[in-house]
Amino acid sequence: MSDHPSKGGNALQAILEKNHFNPTRLVQILREVQDREGWLSEITLTDIAQGLSLPISRVRSTANFYSFFYTRPVGQYRVLFSDNITDRMQGSTQLFEHMLARLKLTENQTSADGAVSVARTSCTGMCDQGPAMLVNNRAVTRLTPRRVDEICDLIKAGLPLSSWPNYYFKIENNIRRRDVLLSANWDPGEALRAAIARGPQGMLNELKLSNLRGRGGAGFTTAIKWEAARTAPGTARYVVCNADEGEPGTFKDRVLLQRYPGHVFEGMTIAGYVIGAAKGFLYLRGEYSYLLEALEAHLDGLRRSNLLGQNICGVEGFNFDIEIHMGAGAYICGEETALIESLEGKPGKPRIRPPFPVTYGYLGQPTTVNNVETLCKTLEIAINGGAEYAGQGTKQSTGTKILSVSGDVELPGIYEYPFGVKVSQILEDCGARDVQAVQVSGAAGICLSPREFGRRIAFEDVPTAGSFMVFGPKRDMFEMARNFAHFFAHESCGFCTPCRVGTSIISNIMDKIAAGHGTQYEMNELGRLTNVIRGSAHCGLGTASCNAIADTVQKFRATYEAKIRPVDFEPSFDLDKALAKTRAVAGRDDADAHLETSVGAH
Amino acid sequence: MSKAATLEKPAADKAKKPKLRIATTSLSGCFGCHTSFLDIDERILQLVEIAEFDRSPITDIKHCGPCDIGIIEGGVCNAENVHVLREFRANCKTLIAIGACAINGGLPALRNHLDVTDCLTRVYCDRAGGKNHTVPNDPELPLLLEKVHPINEVVRIDYFVPGCPPSGDAIWKFLTDLITGRMPRLDHELLRFD
Repeated sequence: MSDHPSKGGNALQAILEKNHFNPTRLVQILREVQDREGWLSEITLTDIAQGLSLPISRVRSTANFYSFFYTRPVGQYRVLFSDNITDRMQGSTQLFEHMLARLKLTENQTSADGAVSVARTSCTGMCDQGPAMLVNNRAVTRLTPRRVDEICDLIKAGLPLSSWPNYYFKIENNIRRRDVLLSANWDPGEALRAAIARGPQGMLNELKLSNLRGRGGAGFTTAIKWEAARTAPGTARYVVCNADEGEPGTFKDRVLLQRYPGHVFEGMTIAGYVIGAAKGFLYLRGEYSYLLEALEAHLDGLRRSNLLGQNICGVEGFNFDIEIHMGAGAYICGEETALIESLEGKPGKPRIRPPFPVTYGYLGQPTTVNNVETLCKTLEIAINGGAEYAGQGTKQSTGTKILSVSGDVELPGIYEYPFGVKVSQILEDCGARDVQAVQVSGAAGICLSPREFGRRIAFEDVPTAGSFMVFGPKRDMFEMARNFAHFFAHESCGFCTPCRVGTSIISNIMDKIAAGHGTQYEMNELGRLTNVIRGSAHCGLGTASCNAIADTVQKFRATYEAKIRPVDFEPSFDLDKALAKTRAVAGRDDADAHLETSVGAH
Repeated sequence: MSKAATLEKPAADKAKKPKLRIATTSLSGCFGCHTSFLDIDERILQLVEIAEFDRSPITDIKHCGPCDIGIIEGGVCNAENVHVLREFRANCKTLIAIGACAINGGLPALRNHLDVTDCLTRVYCDRAGGKNHTVPNDPELPLLLEKVHPINEVVRIDYFVPGCPPSGDAIWKFLTDLITGRMPRLDHELLRFD
């Protein structure tokens, strides 16, 4: 059928072959093909569809869903500025505009010679060393006007990324406070052997004793999840490590994967041993693709030392291997069922639950999906036992928690504390002064005002997935809420109406207030929409999308009130300007050809 | 069910109360919502017992005076629409957006992805056969806005009744709820978006 041989015909065939013509690997295939060809043309998509015997609509819907897949030609250099509120606080907006001006471009526009495009993207997880950008998916941190100028010059000179200065791509770990996990010095395989010595049921019993809860935010008890996946009927079982760390302000998984990849993989292997899985997936967010090479090398090392593969550690029949799947820029894939959909090569849209993944997960089989940090914590339990583990932290939140601290602090970075630590303690340790607010657990989290700084990080009080963004006295908390509103409008998967439409309306209202056209009417609408979306959205992304707005309206109302106008209503657009085009084409300038935008209070 | 909704009130009450005033208009709409309003059929007799119409196609009154309820069909597409809408907002205690165009811009908003200058020149200037190839400039003609807007982008709106058009039953249910002081609400079978 294919009349147009696509330019990479043979290369495409090789990629398909490498992926065993497996449609569940569609996201991986698209990424590899795009890496080769720069973008995904309709011809390429058709060829992929034919190669995989998939309907073209399936391939197209997946290609269109992820923001790092391009179905139109893009610049040879694709520059994406991280647009989290912490990047903005570090001056990313000015740098972004500076770069556009230097390259004589507008946002999202590809230069005429096809060399470069500049746009913005959601938080890239470099908040402790921002402002950050991605150039062809490689992270460049600590941007300054000078560095942006240098990058513009490199782009104009057409130098490949490989010959750019190395230090641009240097990513620091910034580990500031270590506790059990970050100071551990276990030998590779030590925890796995300890788990094997306990046996699958014995390890599960220790997990129960430990009361380990998921570190991804929801705090589900790991032992219950593993036991359910172990006992659910199925022909195969899967272990999935959720490294799609997309929550704005979170970067602990990046550090764990960069500094302690062995812990992560060993945790996955222990999970495989306990639930009886032969296969594990690490779902790595596209923004962290720079880690891929090192992680693959690490996996090879584990295979060589028989910590992965057949009959691991000499245990007859214990076969387990790990495959890395890359995401492609979709926050929603951090939701476990959306992540599984993505693993299966589909758009990352959350499934209807129940059934939960533990009974019906990857390819309909029992699957555990655990956070990177949770899996690391199982090593501690395997080695030291559940009872010792349960001795740390609080009653319902045992063990330690890693926090990603960023914003207006002296020492941004990674802090590990036992659960139950007071917010004020963390603020003191990271050198934060005159703090106006702390946003805990990212855009979907909770905003704390100074009188709440005595509260504690724990599932009983302030639960968190790890993000801890600090706002100094001069920051406008309205701008934080507005940044998050844009974030959710962009990241909504579009599956359910309350979220798809609601997040956009909220984002427009926030823009209207920011532009000085807001009134009490908009404030009422924000409250009304918040209730509608919370009560009717399909998944956690939707229900949490208005948290920051509800919190800031309640706790920082003054910043909203300073912006709203004391009139009944104001249009969001300039009415007179909206007539300009027809005035010109009709050649009129009489009184009836003009409109006042505001008719005053009535 | 909705047919059973009624405006009957004790006779004594009826005598005392001054009649409600209702105004209706169509901005950039097709009058389909007004036609649907007439589908309340004989119930309009119950309505005029307690209400009278101010500006409306029924009365042909040109400007709206102080009213209790204003009903707006159609979106905002030109300067005149803006003036009429503002007049309604200034005079009506409660303003209701009715139908897809008033709520979302509807069919007229399909032109929003086209350039308005381009539209006008193609229609008036590029036509074969015409002598005067210019866009009309008579001040009597309202100028088009660059985009068609839902009415709640121009004035504050109190209630929205979706549908293209909403059924007569839905309009009746909504109005009777509002007039008798209940929270207006449309149940599943009356709520439609097509």
